[in-house]
Amino acid sequence: MDAILLQVLNGLDKGSAYALIALGLTLIFGTLGVVNFAHGALFMIGAFVAVTLQRVLNLSIETVHADKKDFLGNPLKVQTTYVETWFGESAGQLIIGWSVPLAILAVIPIMLLIGFVMERGLIRHFYKRPHADQILVTFGLAIVFQEIVKAIFGANPIQTPAPDALAGVWNLGAWLGLSLPYPAWRIVYFGFSAIVIGGVFAFLQFTTFGMVVRAGMADRETVGLLGINIDRRFTLMFGVAAAVAGLAGVMYAPINPPNYHWGMDFLVLSFVVVVVGGMGSLPGAVLAGFLLGILESFASTTWATTTIPGINQIIIYLVAIVILLARPRGLMGRKGVMEE
Amino acid sequence: MSKFEFTRRGLIKSGAAVGAGLAMPTILTRPAFSYTNEPKGGTVTLGFNVPQTGPYADEGNDELLAQKLAVEHLNGEGDGGCLPTFSSKALKGNGILGKKVQFVTGDTQTKSDAARASAKSMIEKDGAIMINGGSSSGVAVAVQGLCQEAGVIFMAGLTHANDTTGKDRKANGFRHFFNAYMSGAALAPVLAKEMGKDRRAYHLTADYNWGWTQEESIKASTEALGWETVNTVKTPLASTDFSSYIAPVINAGADVLVLNHYGGNMVNSLTNAIQFGLLDKAVNGKDFKIVVPLYSELMAAGAGENIKGVLGSMNYNWQLENAGSKAFVKSFGEKHGRPPSNSAQTCYAQVLLYADACERAGTFNPCGVVEALEGFEFDGLGNGPTTYRKEDHQCFKDVLVVRGAQNPTSKFDTLEIVEITPVANVTYPPNHPMFGGDAATLGKCNAGV
Repeated sequence: MDAILLQVLNGLDKGSAYALIALGLTLIFGTLGVVNFAHGALFMIGAFVAVTLQRVLNLSIETVHADKKDFLGNPLKVQTTYVETWFGESAGQLIIGWSVPLAILAVIPIMLLIGFVMERGLIRHFYKRPHADQILVTFGLAIVFQEIVKAIFGANPIQTPAPDALAGVWNLGAWLGLSLPYPAWRIVYFGFSAIVIGGVFAFLQFTTFGMVVRAGMADRETVGLLGINIDRRFTLMFGVAAAVAGLAGVMYAPINPPNYHWGMDFLVLSFVVVVVGGMGSLPGAVLAGFLLGILESFASTTWATTTIPGINQIIIYLVAIVILLARPRGLMGRKGVMEE
Repeated sequence: MSKFEFTRRGLIKSGAAVGAGLAMPTILTRPAFSYTNEPKGGTVTLGFNVPQTGPYADEGNDELLAQKLAVEHLNGEGDGGCLPTFSSKALKGNGILGKKVQFVTGDTQTKSDAARASAKSMIEKDGAIMINGGSSSGVAVAVQGLCQEAGVIFMAGLTHANDTTGKDRKANGFRHFFNAYMSGAALAPVLAKEMGKDRRAYHLTADYNWGWTQEESIKASTEALGWETVNTVKTPLASTDFSSYIAPVINAGADVLVLNHYGGNMVNSLTNAIQFGLLDKAVNGKDFKIVVPLYSELMAAGAGENIKGVLGSMNYNWQLENAGSKAFVKSFGEKHGRPPSNSAQTCYAQVLLYADACERAGTFNPCGVVEALEGFEFDGLGNGPTTYRKEDHQCFKDVLVVRGAQNPTSKFDTLEIVEITPVANVTYPPNHPMFGGDAATLGKCNAGV
């Protein structure tokens, strides 16, 4: 029982990342009709915002300790961070330790800007081009982002730890009499994802801006005829989608150390999630994200891999095939999307 | 009106004449080689095939820095590095056999097909006479096979699978790096001393050639101690999140987790294991432990705080105090501002060993080089006394057991040496079952052409 519940939690955790990325992909596809293969790279950039902030907070003053030697036998140079110098050692350490949550504040404007520049500078020139062209150009952009990050940060994963207070293990099942130890930060990630997903839905459902966007998604031409500049709103939605991917990335950084290849690692899976959920369906993307995350988690158990060797590597694609055979438009796909 | 009539015989004759005519200029101008890429001018070209892109690009970059340093030292530039400490005095700092050393580089991308393609290009287009480098056993086995066919020498870089000098050994291939069997043999006594002989181990293993041989080796060594193997689980190489594989460990009754992972896989699996609080648990009345049989400095840096106290093994560590190690660390450190990794050291040593073998053999002919390297005993390159065994072209030397440093004094001493396991304890017969048994042979040296 405990083992099953642990795998459910793992699935929800993985599913949170899939759902957030797929949500952004669907927002872009639903508003602008663009298949954005650079979306995984935006997730990766979000994580590297956290890495960058961590490095900025770790900027140091160098002092030479003549009594100690370095590996070459020269006087040892000791680094003390500016933050520790300004706020004292314990407060400085605390600020550095909270670099990931602090990065949330930085990632939103940065990703909005990147999304805006991407859309205005490149993607808009491809609106009237075939989907194949859009895929090629966005895939190329993903490689450019990836190589820039590698050139700056290297190819090795970079540890970006969670704050000490959230780095331990919480026993979720204690009050049920179960042993269910689970990493605290992963629980935080799930909760955070739920808030972001809820926020995006609320923004679209309960604001005038969201209502116009939804109307534009349903019938762009008519909304335009009403004198509303729908293009500007869609550009902003591109930025919102980029910010969602960035938020997903920044909070995922303590779960696995970020590396330049993260975008590609998550991209294909997220596209499968979008297709299974139904192209253009926001609730479908979220539902499919959690569903596939849980299935992938169970398929990785010893029982599953010994019963059907290799099932952990194909489960998502297998389920995608079955769902698309039974429901060709995906779980919650609408008629007419990508069918012209 | 004239009429052309083609007969079969006429066509063959004409074809042969035209073919001979076309080939004539090449036959007349092409120099006569007695072996592949025999150097004819004042230079000799070495091929450095390392991952410059992909997940092991940092490891490859370190290898390349060391290879370039070796070329400098061979050509008499810089501080000479290990030339003065090397027990063989054949190298004079005037290139190899009086020819200035130059090099070309290729990108393996840590993919066997890409590595073969880049090695092939360096051999066929650039005239490389020796290929060195690589950060993966799959790449090493693939490139070693190519070099054997092409008739050039392959001096392997970082490759730890038993197969490289086991069932896939080749006459033209040589490995300085240690292997999975040696890791197991070196680690076992330390594990027994630190964790006892009554342990239950759970293995997570990267699902490819290297992972399998490492799991087999560590399992054999620890079971010989009296440990029980609770489970062995293969994880896809492309995995990024290991939570689904770590969660079952909690309820499996195991008290040791062995991570047969390398590079990004190891950094992620270790991070996930720490997140799940495994090291804070007590199982079967014992503290839970994690073992990472193959360490590297770059992985240790990636794993950060998580490696504290975790045991593993290495081919070399810059903290070794012997004269060769000190000379290499000084040379590399002054140039690049940090100590070398063990993949850098193995590539540096391999380039010098190749050059020295050419000098001692008095030729670049691969068969002469093979003869000079087989059974060669040397010292002064950083690892202490070492022998290139004739039967399988594997280097035999002491192996280091290391632990993630509890209190590092700088960002460089993330690992501390726990024990230097003597070479006698890691030596095995050339026909050991894990190395292909009696069926595994080197074959014949190939000089190409």
